[in-house]
Amino acid sequence: MIEERFDAIVVGAGPSGNAAAYTMAKEGLKVLQLERGEYPGSKNVQGAILYADALEKIIPDFREDAPLERHVIEQRLWTMDNGSHVGMHYRSDDFNEERPNRYTIIRAQFDRWFSGKVREAGAVLLCETTVTELLRDTAGRVIGVRTDRGGGTAFADIVILGEGVNGLVGQRAGLRPELKPDTVALAVKEMHFLPRETIEARFNLKGNEGVVIEAMGTITDGMTGTGFLYTNQESISIGIGCIVSDFTESNRTPYGLLEAFKRHPSVQPLLEGSECKEYVAHLIPEGGYNAMPQLYGDGWIVVGDAGQFVNAVHREGSNLAMTTGRIAAETVVWLKRRREALSKANLSEYQRRLEETFVMKDMKKYRKIPDFLHHNKHFFNLYPKLLSGAAQTWFRVDGVDKRTKEKQIFQSFRAGRKLSGLIGDAFKLARSWR
Amino acid sequence: MMNISEAGGTAPVKVEERLFQNRYMVDAGRPHIRIRPHETPSKALLAMTRLCPAGCYSVNDRGQVEAVVDGCVECGTCRVVTAQTGELEWNYPRGGFGVLFKFG
Ligand SMILES: Cc1cc2nc3c(=O)[nH]c(=O)nc-3n(C[C@H](O)[C@H](O)[C@H](O)COP(=O)(O)OP(=O)(O)OC[C@H]3O[C@@H](n4cnc5c(N)ncnc54)[C@H](O)[C@@H]3O)c2cc1C
Ligand code: SF4
Repeated sequence: MIEERFDAIVVGAGPSGNAAAYTMAKEGLKVLQLERGEYPGSKNVQGAILYADALEKIIPDFREDAPLERHVIEQRLWTMDNGSHVGMHYRSDDFNEERPNRYTIIRAQFDRWFSGKVREAGAVLLCETTVTELLRDTAGRVIGVRTDRGGGTAFADIVILGEGVNGLVGQRAGLRPELKPDTVALAVKEMHFLPRETIEARFNLKGNEGVVIEAMGTITDGMTGTGFLYTNQESISIGIGCIVSDFTESNRTPYGLLEAFKRHPSVQPLLEGSECKEYVAHLIPEGGYNAMPQLYGDGWIVVGDAGQFVNAVHREGSNLAMTTGRIAAETVVWLKRRREALSKANLSEYQRRLEETFVMKDMKKYRKIPDFLHHNKHFFNLYPKLLSGAAQTWFRVDGVDKRTKEKQIFQSFRAGRKLSGLIGDAFKLARSWR
Repeated sequence: MMNISEAGGTAPVKVEERLFQNRYMVDAGRPHIRIRPHETPSKALLAMTRLCPAGCYSVNDRGQVEAVVDGCVECGTCRVVTAQTGELEWNYPRGGFGVLFKFG
């Protein structure tokens, strides 16, 4: 395919691969990046919230030309039962800062923009090229890749795998185990278009201000999962996702779940009159720290979703992808400058550097959460119902005195779950969070 | 594609209506997912008739599971779910083919 040798080959042009390719190319390395889609982003799905900090560390002035939708000034956390929601809303004018902290984006557009920067930095990008296998020398070192462009090969000192959650290349090469149905979520999402003014009126916004809603409760029908609704300039992203093993046990379809979420009385008025222009689905690695594979070896490094770098509780993934991509690239540049081999022993520096950042600290902090949520379905079914019942008892003025109301609320919780269970759940949650 | 629907409120939910919005470059005659010949499908493969977000799987009149993957959105769920049983041969479409997200 390509006769020349490269310093590095990057598989994938998502946020992890782009961060890696950009960082290395900018430091003068010869980089080949391979992407299976027609253009970067054409296969990729995100909610999508972009966390500025991670991108700023790679492209400090990204705000000048990146395709950003709205900066987030309000976060709504909803606990939903079938006909209601109990919400925590946080809105602050502080988020109208000069360099906002979070933006909504549209991934197909964002990835294209990021990829443009990668090419400007000097990397060679080949799209419509699926990497089919890793090439190794007799000692087992990874030395390059084979692609489906007529079986063509390319060689480099290191292969950085930013191939995403469904990462066949690394998996087939035995670098990491097969994904397990109980450590990945399946999310479906739609893009609903509405006039700009309608969105601004419905969500009480001006200019490029945006609102994001994260929702949990009976919308996932007892499965571990969440729903989301994000405002873009002229569209609304709405989606829902649940752990795959829960889906296999349930009798629901993913699109049936999304449809029911869209028709929920708290959601339906927000989408009223919109036109749906796309329906997508994607996996999210949600196994956390305990599901993380080996991250490097002789001649290879894994970054982003392929390495399970997602903080499901906080819906952070793209920022971990960009940060791992950047740090992997910086490690490679550092080793090359020192004329050291890109061997497994030397590449342990990648993990050492990650340990010092929020990436590994957060992955470790939340390591017990995936398991906790998997085994405590009350948080998705029972508690949302109890919470809604309690709120309704409390707010409805109907001649019942307040002390009796307090009693009714307490009794409803006791009836739903034994006191020991309630305390136990609170205790277990606190311990998993620690 | 199969007529998969589910009562999700007032009207049936059809997946085809959703996929209709999407763009695809179908690699005609070269499906990227194949089901290995089988007599009786495993529980996992059978679950895909409900679980596939693009409704690609259906049961034929002999009780075997069939797939038409033209509408596949390449999520990989069926690959993960049947990894244990080995009933699928799953590859990404050739470079440039398959689904093309306009927004993602
Ligand atoms: C519904 C949903 C909502 C989300 N919301 C958020 C959010 O709001 N905020 C957030 O930060 N994160 C969110 N995430 C997570 C985030 O999208 C991911 O963590 C992030 O995209 C990971 O980036 P990546 O580069 O590792 O992988 P990807 O973005 O998946 O990129 C992988 C790339 O590799 C390419 N590729 C794969 N295999 C090959 C091959 N063999 N040959 C060539 N190319 C290949 C793919 O085409 C793709 O372009 C969400 C995810 C989903 C599914
Ligand atoms: S990859 Fe996803 S969309 Fe495609 S057939 Fe499998 S489950 Fe369905």
